[in-house]
Amino acid sequence: MSEIILRTHALSRHFGGLAALADVSLACETRQVHAVIGPNGAGKSTLINVLSGDLPPNAGEVQFHGRDITGFSADQISQLGIARSYQKTNLFPSFTVFENCRLAAQSRLPSSMHFFRPAAAQADVNARARDALSQAGLAGRSDIVASELSHGEQRQVEIAMALATRPCLLLLDEPLAGMGTEESMRIVSLLRELARDHAILLVEHDMDAVFAIAHTLTVMVNGRVLASGTPEQIRSSRAVQEAYLGVANA
Amino acid sequence: MITRPRTVTLVALLLLIALVLLPLLAEKFTVQFATRILIMALFAMSLNLLVGSGGLVSLGHAAFFGIAGYCLALLSPPDHGANFWTSLPLSMMAAGALALVIGALVLRTSGIYFIMATLAFAQMLYFLLHDTGIAGGSDGIYIYVRPDANLFGWHPFDLEKFRDFYFVVLSVFVLVLIFLGALRASLFGRVIAGIRVNERRMRSLGFATLRYKLVCFVLAGILAGLAGYFSAAQFGVVNPDMLGWHLSGAALMMVILGGMGTLAGPALGAAVMLLLELGLQSLPAAGGIDLGKHWQLPMGIVIVLVALYLPAGIARRFGEADE
Amino acid sequence: MDLSTFLIQLLNAMQYGLLLFLLAAGLTLIFGIMGIINLAHGSFYMVGAYLAWSLSMQLGSLWLAIPAGIVLSVLLGIALEWLLIRRLYRLGHLQQVLLTYGLILIVEELRSIIWGDEVHGVPVPQLLSASIPLTDTLSYPVYRVWISAVCLLLALLLYVLIQRTRLGMTIRAGASNREMVQSLGIDIDLLYRFVFALGVALAAFAGMIAAPVSSVFPGMGNHVLILCFVVVVIGGIGSVKGALIGALLIGLVDTFGKVIEFKVGNFQLLPQLSGMSVYLLMAAVLLWRPAGLFGRNA
Repeated sequence: MSEIILRTHALSRHFGGLAALADVSLACETRQVHAVIGPNGAGKSTLINVLSGDLPPNAGEVQFHGRDITGFSADQISQLGIARSYQKTNLFPSFTVFENCRLAAQSRLPSSMHFFRPAAAQADVNARARDALSQAGLAGRSDIVASELSHGEQRQVEIAMALATRPCLLLLDEPLAGMGTEESMRIVSLLRELARDHAILLVEHDMDAVFAIAHTLTVMVNGRVLASGTPEQIRSSRAVQEAYLGVANA
Repeated sequence: MITRPRTVTLVALLLLIALVLLPLLAEKFTVQFATRILIMALFAMSLNLLVGSGGLVSLGHAAFFGIAGYCLALLSPPDHGANFWTSLPLSMMAAGALALVIGALVLRTSGIYFIMATLAFAQMLYFLLHDTGIAGGSDGIYIYVRPDANLFGWHPFDLEKFRDFYFVVLSVFVLVLIFLGALRASLFGRVIAGIRVNERRMRSLGFATLRYKLVCFVLAGILAGLAGYFSAAQFGVVNPDMLGWHLSGAALMMVILGGMGTLAGPALGAAVMLLLELGLQSLPAAGGIDLGKHWQLPMGIVIVLVALYLPAGIARRFGEADE
Repeated sequence: MDLSTFLIQLLNAMQYGLLLFLLAAGLTLIFGIMGIINLAHGSFYMVGAYLAWSLSMQLGSLWLAIPAGIVLSVLLGIALEWLLIRRLYRLGHLQQVLLTYGLILIVEELRSIIWGDEVHGVPVPQLLSASIPLTDTLSYPVYRVWISAVCLLLALLLYVLIQRTRLGMTIRAGASNREMVQSLGIDIDLLYRFVFALGVALAAFAGMIAAPVSSVFPGMGNHVLILCFVVVVIGGIGSVKGALIGALLIGLVDTFGKVIEFKVGNFQLLPQLSGMSVYLLMAAVLLWRPAGLFGRNA
């Protein structure tokens, strides 16, 4: 039984004269993967940026567990249990993989305003970091400096960091970007596993992955929602075919 | 790599022993000069908390150094010393309060705006003290008697004696070093390090970064005030130059020269700079130019060279670990 | 305050602000386009003033000294950029602050060695030495009006250069996309050298024309540099328009702050604390618009 955990209503965001998001309404449910697809410039990344608090919306509302969180800052939204990963890898490059996740896990402490408590001695924070790392498949790579990882591994760290904050909703911005086939399959099965007890909003270009795991699909074009529904509905929708998928994939 | 930290600890220990033995073996001028180095080292380490640990380049840090000195001067009566045990915390708190006010304003900016805003606020204070009649204007105020360490009748030390003064400053230095070391490894320290490396990510991880930066700024201000207090006590006079940007610039130089982000690097930088200044001032004339009088010329050249060729500082080259 | 006094103060404020604009424009151009924070900018102002003094003594008049001074400062700017500044492009703010701080020390001492430490006056050129009568007793110096006019003209020229010429377009493009400009076949090194030399020349020129009214003394670069920073923080980095508005604002606040009487209870705030008024203005702008009035976030 899944419930609606996040709902947006008429969300809009523009940059000067350009409407990056216009009147976007959608909903995410727990234990469901909601994929957002669309051509480049459709506003998908802006959507994630607005939902994660990196950008404030110009109009519209966002509700989380029924509570209005429109305009909340990025750190406030994170503390509510919404975590995001970035399309352009956004880690702490000079820290080790473990430290990246440990910091993420540390954010869940009531306060880090402690001058004498050694960070390395926080057992539960360390445990949470290790769990997130093994879930993301990086258990053996903890002590490597993040900047020395391969591209695919860095994307995994992105996800591990999001997981370390024990979120209930994951906003994933093109987690498979730039990954090879084998790595992609690994991430896809990770996502499928995560969907068992998280709500996931997934922005992706990789159609195979999307159709493999998404429960709901929303197609965006030019900042607007073109269509929303189950993968079958979207696949057979004429409007979507014309606008985006291309007849070959129908 | 395993032996490196051991070597560093060994060297540090030897250095500490040397510092403790110094006043017993050296004469007055050397001990007083060493005291001056330790005070500047304290000042530089406080700036390092901002610059090296937090990535916040401040050009107005001398404001907190100076305000504490002025506080002591205002608390010192003309005929006997202010009470050490009350005037020191008060001066540090004054520096902290100033840092809170300035920090709340400048931390809303970043990058180059931050650099310029910190500079401008320090200058504001400089002009307030220089142009108005409060606190002696451009002449400043004299501190005729050093603070009195009277604690309910017990006199643990006499700051008028240069050896006592040295040991007090050395003890404070060591305590601050230990504090900063613990801070680096603490929960707070890791957050500050994260903010330095990638502030946007820290925010999206749920940290209210402005709050942490402000606390860091205030802490750095308090420690700068600690240094300023002793500097005022040592020289017996405070004037607006204690808040001036030449001092802020010199402190920045010490931090970079010694090694930003390392624990004791700035102290090393302070020692090198002050020794360099002393050495340059005793240069003879060359080619008709009195190099001793114009010592800031070779000093400026050294600074330019360090900026270009030693971006990581001395301490890094000799193995002190980055955080 | 009667009308003529008000008018005089207004003219003073404008002249002060416009001169400050000239300086700030150079600073904001150098940072906005090259990304270099140049602490030594005030030193170039001082060099300009000392050049005006020594060249006008040697050449006989300020009219000859100014072009000679401009040529020299352009050469200085080119030499500095080639020798030092271009190594800063790949380094961070910290190294820039440090290097230009060292530069300040070097320039100060060289000035002290070459020209000494005394204060000097520079006579106003004969042609501009008259005064415009405003009332029976008050008149306003022509030279100050001339300063304002020259600064305005330069502001206009800068605007035309940056907004209306291909070079200006290149400058603006170079600010946002170094690689693109290079791939267009434009030599970005030469461009940067030009921008830096322009900035230095603007600063030195400001010092030259200011010399007759502000006299020539060792510390003159320091205070003016801080004010420049305040102008840039208020106006927004990289914005020449912002520098103009910011400089005029500061001119107004600083000039009128010195002549207005303002008391709160028993405390005479103005004119006593006029020196602080400029910084309070900056604090207010920082609270309201952290990126400056016209700045994009740096």
